[in-house]
Amino acid sequence: MKRSALVTAAALLILALAPLALPFLQFVLTIAIAKGFAALGVALLLRAGLISLGHAMFYAIGAYAAAFMATTLGITDFALLIIGSTAISAFFGVLFGLFLVRYRAIFFAMLNLAVSMVIYALASKLYGITGGTDGLRVAVPTVFGMTLEKSSFDGLLYYTAIVLVALLGYLVHRYLKSPLGHALSAVHSNEVRLEYLGVSAWSTLLTAYGISAALAGVGGAIAALSIGHVLPEFAFWTESGHLVLTAVLGGIAGIAGPFLGSVFLEIVHTVAVGYAAEAWNMIVGIALLVVIFFLPRGLFGLFERLVGRKSTDGEPTL
Amino acid sequence: MSDVLLKAENLEVAFGGVKAADGVNLTLNKGEFVAIIGPNGSGKTTFLNLCTGYIRPVSGHVWLGDKEITRMAPRQIARRGIARAFQIPQLFTDHTVVENVMLAIASREGIWQALRPLDRREYRAEALELLELLNLRDHAETIAGTLPEGLRKLADVTVAMALRPQLLLLDEPTSGVSALERFPLMDTLMKAMKARGVTALFVEHDMEIVENYADRVVVWNAGTVMAEGAPAEVMKDPRVLENVVGVA
Ligand SMILES: Nc1ncnc2c1ncn2[C@@H]1O[C@H](COP(=O)(O)OP(=O)(O)OP(=O)(O)O)[C@@H](O)[C@H]1O
Ligand SMILES: [Mg+2]
Repeated sequence: MKRSALVTAAALLILALAPLALPFLQFVLTIAIAKGFAALGVALLLRAGLISLGHAMFYAIGAYAAAFMATTLGITDFALLIIGSTAISAFFGVLFGLFLVRYRAIFFAMLNLAVSMVIYALASKLYGITGGTDGLRVAVPTVFGMTLEKSSFDGLLYYTAIVLVALLGYLVHRYLKSPLGHALSAVHSNEVRLEYLGVSAWSTLLTAYGISAALAGVGGAIAALSIGHVLPEFAFWTESGHLVLTAVLGGIAGIAGPFLGSVFLEIVHTVAVGYAAEAWNMIVGIALLVVIFFLPRGLFGLFERLVGRKSTDGEPTL
Repeated sequence: MSDVLLKAENLEVAFGGVKAADGVNLTLNKGEFVAIIGPNGSGKTTFLNLCTGYIRPVSGHVWLGDKEITRMAPRQIARRGIARAFQIPQLFTDHTVVENVMLAIASREGIWQALRPLDRREYRAEALELLELLNLRDHAETIAGTLPEGLRKLADVTVAMALRPQLLLLDEPTSGVSALERFPLMDTLMKAMKARGVTALFVEHDMEIVENYADRVVVWNAGTVMAEGAPAEVMKDPRVLENVVGVA
């Protein structure tokens, strides 16, 4: 326990220091953390054996919510934008979840995909609200009333994102250790027994779905503020696929997994685009094969070895 | 009247052409330990499914105390105090045995405690005590999915007991266990249930077990109750001897 906290702190410190050595990493890692949040949302549902092939919709909803609040509602405060977008994503998560968490397996995956395609289409077509295919620009927010240069805001955003990883990561960790979190993986292993304990699988999943949408929403808001522009592509199904890939690659057994997967993929992507653009897909493919065959617990498995913890009971592997 | 715990009235359900429940009537009193016997496919498990809301009857009623529970979902019935151990054990196979039990304990208080750990001292203590009582203490940290069949059934019973039910339904609790171990297992179960004042209904194929442990036996045949009474009386009934004992 002590040791894992230490390794986590060290990893966060490396994240915090990396841009000092290589400034271009700041943007790359901000986006990695943003997508890491969304992938963590996907990973939560994977623990219940549910694959969402549409989770980028909540990432997009978070991003659009930030942009919409900033442009149309005139909310310019940084903290309000992040909290507001998270709340809005959570709201839509619960709303869609009411219907989606009735389904399992391929139906769940496909229905998430279908809903996300509707969201994508709406983002592209509702020109008045979403700016259509041009998307929305997001101005640099104010921070407690102060107006910052874009570059200093980006720095602040990056360190806020790291703090959020620690804070929300800890809360999700607590959630997963709680009865409600155990009930989530219990849905996967034996839904009948869960119902016979008097626990509703539906509300267990709805809670998880709402949390997972909120996490994706935080990610979307961070991305929107970092890029300064949101586009319908945020909700496109390939983005959802990317989130599942990130979660599986990183590992779903712990909080760190999806972030590890995301940082790995974003860095590889950045490097590959620069040196060997066509190699990107091959690198990702090979990385995934290596994980599936040699690291069933994902990159998180490496993290665990560092921590010196044996694979933990009751935590699903992929 | 006041000591009637469970009452089933005219339950009917059919699968395809098979009448798995064909007008079942059964009353269970508080504190009783009642056995159900009957040939394979006579509808014993179906009756437990009907009582716990897993399947809904076409007609008929089930009461728990003076509350009708006929069309309730399994989780609603579970919350009202009926727990069940299954013919095929139903465990959280990725969790350890003690976690399975702790989850049952936690669900008793409602599971909506999102930030307190499942593995807390008072839950663990209670779970281990119960596992001790059922001779599973040594397997507390075993992943439930890797337990041998006989122990899995016992773990399933432990989970059901952890709910502190008024009524416990056991579907062939001794079936995964060798003949030699059946009596010790039943002794253990009886002790645990007596200690907790649990009323129980158990499906059983082994006549010796029934004769030794049941206050009353109910004989199932072709989806309905064919006979009932004290074990010694029922075993003399020629129809029972022909239809059930011969087959079972
Ligand atoms: N869900 C179901 N769908 C279709 N048929 C079913 C279903 N459940 C039970 N049946 C049928 O109903 C009849 C009664 O089955 P049930 O499982 O209740 O018998 P049982 O007395 O428990 O038998 P056993 O001693 O083998 O456990 C059988 O013919 C069975 O095939
Ligand atoms: Mg049966």
